[in-house]
Parts: sequence; C-alpha cells; structure tokens
Amino acid sequence: MFRAVLVANRGEIARRVFRACRRLGVGTIAVYSEADRDAPHVCDADRSALLGPAPARESYLDIERILTAARAQGADAVHPGYGFLAENWRFAEACSRAGLAFIGPPAEAIRAMGDKSGARRLMAAAGVPTVPGSPGPVADAAEAEAQAAAVGFPLILKAAAGGGGIGLARVDRAADLAAAFGAATRRAQAAFGSGALYLERYLERPRHVEVQVFADAHGAVVHLHERECSLQRRHQKLLEESPAPGLDPATKRGLVEAAVAGARAIGYVNAGTLEFLVDGRGGFYFIEMNTRIQVEHPVTEEVTGLDLVVEQLRVAAGERLSWRQAEIVQRGAAMEVRVYAEDPDRNFLPSPGTIGRLELPAGEGIRVESGVETGSTVSVHYDPLLVKLIARGGGRDEALDRLRAALDATAVEGVRTTLPFLKKVLDHPDVRRGALHTQMVEQGAFR
Amino acid sequence: MPEEIKAHITGVVFQVVAKAGDRVGAGDPVIVLESMKMEIPVEAPRAGVVREITVQEGQTVQEGDTVAVLD
Repeated sequence: MFRAVLVANRGEIARRVFRACRRLGVGTIAVYSEADRDAPHVCDADRSALLGPAPARESYLDIERILTAARAQGADAVHPGYGFLAENWRFAEACSRAGLAFIGPPAEAIRAMGDKSGARRLMAAAGVPTVPGSPGPVADAAEAEAQAAAVGFPLILKAAAGGGGIGLARVDRAADLAAAFGAATRRAQAAFGSGALYLERYLERPRHVEVQVFADAHGAVVHLHERECSLQRRHQKLLEESPAPGLDPATKRGLVEAAVAGARAIGYVNAGTLEFLVDGRGGFYFIEMNTRIQVEHPVTEEVTGLDLVVEQLRVAAGERLSWRQAEIVQRGAAMEVRVYAEDPDRNFLPSPGTIGRLELPAGEGIRVESGVETGSTVSVHYDPLLVKLIARGGGRDEALDRLRAALDATAVEGVRTTLPFLKKVLDHPDVRRGALHTQMVEQGAFR
Repeated sequence: MPEEIKAHITGVVFQVVAKAGDRVGAGDPVIVLESMKMEIPVEAPRAGVVREITVQEGQTVQEGDTVAVLD
C-alpha cells in the first residue's frame, strides 16, 4: 500500500479520498490554490502544498505544479478525484513518468474513451449496443432510404458538420424521408456551410442508466449494478439513484453484461462507469464511458455496502479486487441530490459568496458529503457543488422520504442554493413513482 | 443620457466583446463573465453606442459593479 496519496482536487471529493486513505493508514497530502488556503480539504490532510493563484489553469489544472508538490511532499500516489485533470490522459502518463501511481485507469484507456466517437466504435466492436445510425454521412436521399431500413424509425437527420451532432429533422416514416432529407440538407448548408447529413435512431424520452464497473490489473472485471441518472439540467445530474426504478430484469442483465464486456475489451483497470440510454422498449445504447470515480458513487456504496475509493487505492497498489461478482449485492435503495450554489429564481445563475451558516442533516440512513463549512468562501473560480446529500432506505419510498426530510433539515445562508428546486423535484408525482426520463427538466416538469 | 451597464453576478471577466465606439442593440453581449465554470454574458439594456468598457479580461467584478458605459 502507498505511503502518502496526494489528491489533485478540492472540495468534497478531496475530503472523501482522504477518508479512504485514513481507513487504510495512508498519509494524506492536499494541494490548494490561493483562494482555498482555509478550505476544509486543506485542514483535513496531514500535509498540504500551495499550487498557485485561484484560476484553475494556474493551480488545479497545472500538471507541473502538482507533480512538483507531490515530489516535495513525499507522495507515492496521486488521486485525481473527478473534474479537473481526472480524465486527462497526459496527466496520468506524467504521473507514471514521475514514478507516481495514478489512482485511476491506464492513460491509454482514458485516451481511448476520451475520444467519444472512437469510444462508440470500440464498444460496438466489443458487442456493446450503440445508438443505431449510418456509419458516416450519406450521399443523397436514395442512400438515406437504403440506410434507414437498418437504422429504424423514428430517426433523426443530423448535420455532420454541426458540433455535437445537431439534430435537424425527425422522420417518423419511410415515406417522409426524401422530402425531409432535401429540406435538412439545405438547412445544414445554410447553418454549417456543409449539407452533409447522417442518420441516427431517435430515442423517445430515453432514460439515462449507467453501470459502475471495477477491474483490477490481474484480469478481474466486475460490475456494481446500475444507477439511474435521468434527471439532468444542462448536462448536470440532479438526482441519482440505485437501483434504477422499475428497470426490466432482462434489460438490467443486458446492461451489466455489456458493461463488463466493454470494460474487459479495452483492458480497463480501476473504477469506471459506462453510460447508456434506455428506451421504452428495453433497448439500451452505450453513449460514453467515464474513466474516473463519479460524483454519484455514494449511491452505489450505500446499496452494496462497499467502499469504492478504498478499493481504488488497493487496485492502484496492484492488489487483486476484494470482491467476487456473486458477493456484490444491491440491498435496499439509495438516492443522491447535489446542492449547488446557484439561484433557481434567476435561471440558475451562479451565486458565489461566503457561507454564513450551514446546517446539515443527520439521522438514520443519511450521508452527507460536504466540501464547505460555516465561513467557507464559495469562489467564482470553481464548480458550484457545495454538498451532496445521500439517503438510504429499505426500499425506494423510504430512501426518498428520508432524502426529502434531509432537504428540510438543510440550511445554507450567505449564498443562494438549489435546495428549493430540489424539494420541488422530490415532490413531483412522476419522481415519486419513479417514472423518469432525460427530457423532464427541459419539458418544464419542475417549474 | 449615458447609462452604466452593471454586472448582474459576481465573476471573472472572460471576454470583452464590445469596444468603445461600437454600436450595440438591446440584448447584445458587451462582456462575458465566467463564474463557476459557466460563461454568462452581460448584455446591453438598450440600443446605443459604447462610450467606455471599464473592465479588463481576467478582472474579478462584483455583482452591481459597472462594466461599461453606454451613450
């Protein structure tokens, strides 16, 4: 096991990793920017090192400064947390070159999964379903019609030149394709300077379900079941839970088998998550893989009773996985919400400031992961996540009730937070009955 | 009648979009602030000519600070 781990991060995740280190008797080293001199994560660590000025690129994103701090403080391993450099394969490689263990996957796996379309091709080759689509741009309406049979309806025409694949037209029937293709080609030409289009199956109100995987360097790969994260706003997850409510057992089996096969195919090591879209007919499609510990890992820990961060350290130290697949059981239900320093009354504008008073919930089944305390400064320079609240219950209703009560027991003064919005979310009848999909927020369900 | 354009949030000036002498329409971005990993434009409240930009890129501004003056 390691002598001392440097955590190249801040806030709640740095504190979470330090806790895992203490459980293993490993020393802890914090790094911080000038804005974070008095931050809780700095106080939590055995030792700490100043990186530089507040802007992240001069501190938490500066690879050289982090490696210098690691050497000076006697670290033999680095944990990247999430965000910042966590999915930067150059950082993982630089750590290895500096003789430091990187607590995460091999640099090559980070790089392969960081190229999102390359990742989908790799997963498809490993037999993991991806959203059906044409292999590339189609030449004309006749070729579109030929491809459409394999893609299936409804489908969406996307501009090949539109970053992120801007959808131009939804087509429900083969008879409508030729006319829609002509119109979409003209629109793509006008908007992007290229009329090239490709086809992709349109998923109606899909759910976002992800599978936690874990692999060691000795060839063992397991899954730790699924998490439902359908409720999102601006690509930020709002509510995460395990198990996914009402997920068909056959779909669940397909998802976890595909996730393990995908992780195995790329020689993955350590904790990772494969994200899927699930449609109303039980079809599931790989969208991307996150090659890091995720913000929402506590819900998996709460239902499995396992410590993912402790295991990350063990696996990075070369140990074999502590668990066999059959021993990893989902018990009860767990849910997490993220409290952000954003003002829901002003279209979620950031709300930096100083926390004058902070009251956090406690009680049976409640877990709190906080990056701040009373007196903490919430800086404009970093992510607005303040606190994660997690509730566990014998079943989903109990977890939900406990989480709702926990929101009432939470008070943050000095900055505006998303607490009132989260209460609205948990009170929504569709959320209470577990009928979730990824378009709920944009369709205005919680206004 | 000159009018001061004020920042509606606290943040760091990410980009100065308009310069002195530019004609802007109501709702046009004058500067872009970065706060908590979000880019948030500060817009002209009405049409007019920019008399002065009073901030520089990289500068921290508080909510209510003047960032530009509109003629």
